[in-house]
Amino acid sequence: MFSNPDLQKLVFGRLSLEDIPYHEPILQVTFAMVALGGLVVLGAITYYRFWGPLWRDWLTSVDHKKIGVMYIVLAFVMLLRGFADALMMRAQQAVAFGANEGYLPPHHYDQIFTAHGVIMIFFVAMPFVTGLMNYVVPLQIGARDVAFPFLNNFSFWMTVSGAMTIMASLFVGEFARTGWLAYPPLSGADMSPGVGVDYYIWALQIAGIGTLLSGINLIATIVKMRAPGMTMMKLPIFVWTSLCTNVLITAAFPILTAVLALLSMDRYVGTHFFTNDLGGNPMMYFNLIWIWGHPEVYILILPAFGIFSEVTSTFSGKRLFGYASMVYATVVITILSYLVWLHHFFTMGSGADVNSFFGITTMIISIPTGAKIFNWLFTMYRGRIRFELPMMWTVSFMVTFTIGGMTGVLLAVPPADFVLHNSLFLIAHFHNVIIGGVLFGSFAGVTYWFPKAFGFKLDPFWGKMSFWFWTVGFYFAFMPLYVLGLMGVTRRANHFDDPSLQIWFVIAAFGAVLILLGILSMIVQFVVSIRNREALRDLTGDPWNGRTLEWSTASPPPDYNFAFTPVIHDLDAWSDMKKRGYERPLKGYKPIHMPKNTATGVILGVVSIGFSFAMIWYIWWLAAATFATMFLVTVIHTFNYNREFYIPAADVVRAEGQRTSVMAGRA
Amino acid sequence: MHTDTAPPGTEAPAFYLDEDHAHESSTMLGFWMYLMSDCLIFAVLFATYGVLGRNYAAGPSPRDLFELPLVALNTSMLLLSSITYGFAMLEMEKDNVRTMQVWLAITGLFGACFIGIELYEFAHLIHEGATPQRSAFLSSFFALVGTHGLHVSLGIVWLIVLMVQTAQKGLIVENKRRLMCLSMFWHFLDVVWIGVFTFVYLMGVLQ
Repeated sequence: MFSNPDLQKLVFGRLSLEDIPYHEPILQVTFAMVALGGLVVLGAITYYRFWGPLWRDWLTSVDHKKIGVMYIVLAFVMLLRGFADALMMRAQQAVAFGANEGYLPPHHYDQIFTAHGVIMIFFVAMPFVTGLMNYVVPLQIGARDVAFPFLNNFSFWMTVSGAMTIMASLFVGEFARTGWLAYPPLSGADMSPGVGVDYYIWALQIAGIGTLLSGINLIATIVKMRAPGMTMMKLPIFVWTSLCTNVLITAAFPILTAVLALLSMDRYVGTHFFTNDLGGNPMMYFNLIWIWGHPEVYILILPAFGIFSEVTSTFSGKRLFGYASMVYATVVITILSYLVWLHHFFTMGSGADVNSFFGITTMIISIPTGAKIFNWLFTMYRGRIRFELPMMWTVSFMVTFTIGGMTGVLLAVPPADFVLHNSLFLIAHFHNVIIGGVLFGSFAGVTYWFPKAFGFKLDPFWGKMSFWFWTVGFYFAFMPLYVLGLMGVTRRANHFDDPSLQIWFVIAAFGAVLILLGILSMIVQFVVSIRNREALRDLTGDPWNGRTLEWSTASPPPDYNFAFTPVIHDLDAWSDMKKRGYERPLKGYKPIHMPKNTATGVILGVVSIGFSFAMIWYIWWLAAATFATMFLVTVIHTFNYNREFYIPAADVVRAEGQRTSVMAGRA
Repeated sequence: MHTDTAPPGTEAPAFYLDEDHAHESSTMLGFWMYLMSDCLIFAVLFATYGVLGRNYAAGPSPRDLFELPLVALNTSMLLLSSITYGFAMLEMEKDNVRTMQVWLAITGLFGACFIGIELYEFAHLIHEGATPQRSAFLSSFFALVGTHGLHVSLGIVWLIVLMVQTAQKGLIVENKRRLMCLSMFWHFLDVVWIGVFTFVYLMGVLQ
């Protein structure tokens, strides 16, 4: 491009035209699809003149409900990307036997399994749970927003920035080929000199900041903003699990930040933290990353447990069995999750005493988890169960997760782990708990709270299609991996020699196709539901006969959530209010104090993508410029003291009056 | 829980508040949690130093490198800055903007001296060939001490911003809250430095 190589380096860093993989057919097709899809979306926004509302009501919004919805949209979009990776891997492994090399060469295959893991954990599972917590927690505690509304918007945009950075690696350069935790020395500068690991590092660093801040935000919200009368033991169980999850986030994510910073110093500056020479110690990385990584899996599963608890009690028409034991079990899991990290590398060679300590703590975790399963079962026992979609996901979870939990206990036995370590048995185990737990939980949560967010239910037929495809597909896709793992097949291989193994991989690939049908049914479900929204409309705000406060307000809730702050007398506050003849107040509305929207979060998010990109490609001038911009934007933001406004009483009267007439019209 | 349940049939109590329900500010709690999460970053760096701090790779050791008199001077700068920040906060309580700003300026100067001495020390080490690339010990040393220095530098910038903001708006509630947050941040860095001084420098020279 430039005749002078120095000048080119100064302007573009190590980025050159060769880094655009335009000669790879798979990526060409992907790029064409993404570009086409993007154009359709942009065109639709322009056609429907949605740019203004999109910017004013969504992107710059500090409303926790809008932010929650945007998180979940991000999760669904990234689920498609992560699942496309999964399909490609299943297809490769189903055919690559003997003389057949398959269609993915190792350097491409390795990027795919790394991207799959990173995207599914950080940009699917995390946005799902963060989005649901954001949406539901303030409503369940009778608050009007979170404690720090701007910070909430900023956190979301940091997460988006990380996701965009990872997506960019698809079309510019490459992604890491290291596996989802980027272990050194493989991820060090010597073994991975390209940009892949740098994409990994910066995507996670930026998204990690967002996650940490949203964790702090939600803790402060739950501790400080509960409605009067809602003591800790009257918190809805989902709020309890959210609290524990956010405590885990706040206490775990700084470790990820620090350890990734050390890895980047090894890569950028040439230090020796995790190198094999000059005193570095790669095992230090293993320990640190799993001190974050193990709590991370509980960060994901605890909110799912909360969702299942809410769903079970609502659809069984009963108070949750053993509320107090559920709370204690959650807290015990929170604490124990910090004492088990070493079970991820029993084979490190730390000796029988250390391994047995961590093996035992790991097995102990199954006790509070088991207690939860029994609590759900006893809630259902003699309940009037309605098998609506959220309840179906819950039942499927209880069966699937129990199997996954038991294989987890098997892996917790150090001698067994020496055999199963790094095998497909492990892969089957964690997909068993993450799909069966976190993903089914998120789907249950989305179907459960969708009518709250949008005012109409999701179409049950396509929901059930999706449910059955997912559940059956899951078993087809992962049970064969248990078998293969027990036969000693290791993970992350893109080619096999033994033809007798092939049948199991074919079955697994068939399972992946069933899951694909599940995902497609889910998309159809959304489309059909939106088209039939008038038939599916819920005017009461309480379509499931719910038990907690979010069902006491309109669907979708007004910006201010509650015209009057509720007062809580009992666990399951809304159920209590309904039982004791609560009358919705119809007059005496007052102006409501609310935070103002701001564009600072979006701006910082966009600029931070530029910053990550510049750091990844060594474009130092751009890195300096974007960093200075972010710094300035932040400082300028602090000079704005005028961040709140009042919704006039007249507006509240109008909104509430509308609801009154809607409810009267129904009756 | 069951004791909380009112017996059925009793008069329905109030289920909502007529008046606006003001929450007390969550900023202090939130900032405390941020500080604790930051503390964890330092914990990781301390742990890394603890594990790697004796891997000299046939290079220089703490005894060869550290000059305690210089570090003592450095430490006293930071400790004094904490005291003067305390004085600034006392003036804030009395609503004396001017005097408070003078104390803030002095605090900033002490902080700048601390950073200056630290940079001098780093330059000296690098000049002697004790670079972060030399050994795992030096990598973890520079990471720990450098991260602390970065925090102090950020604190100085924040302090300047707050001086401008108090000059513009005076000691309004928001500004007082911000000054309180910076105060916690500043003292927190002081505490971390005590750890660095003891764990890295004193124990390093004693080895």
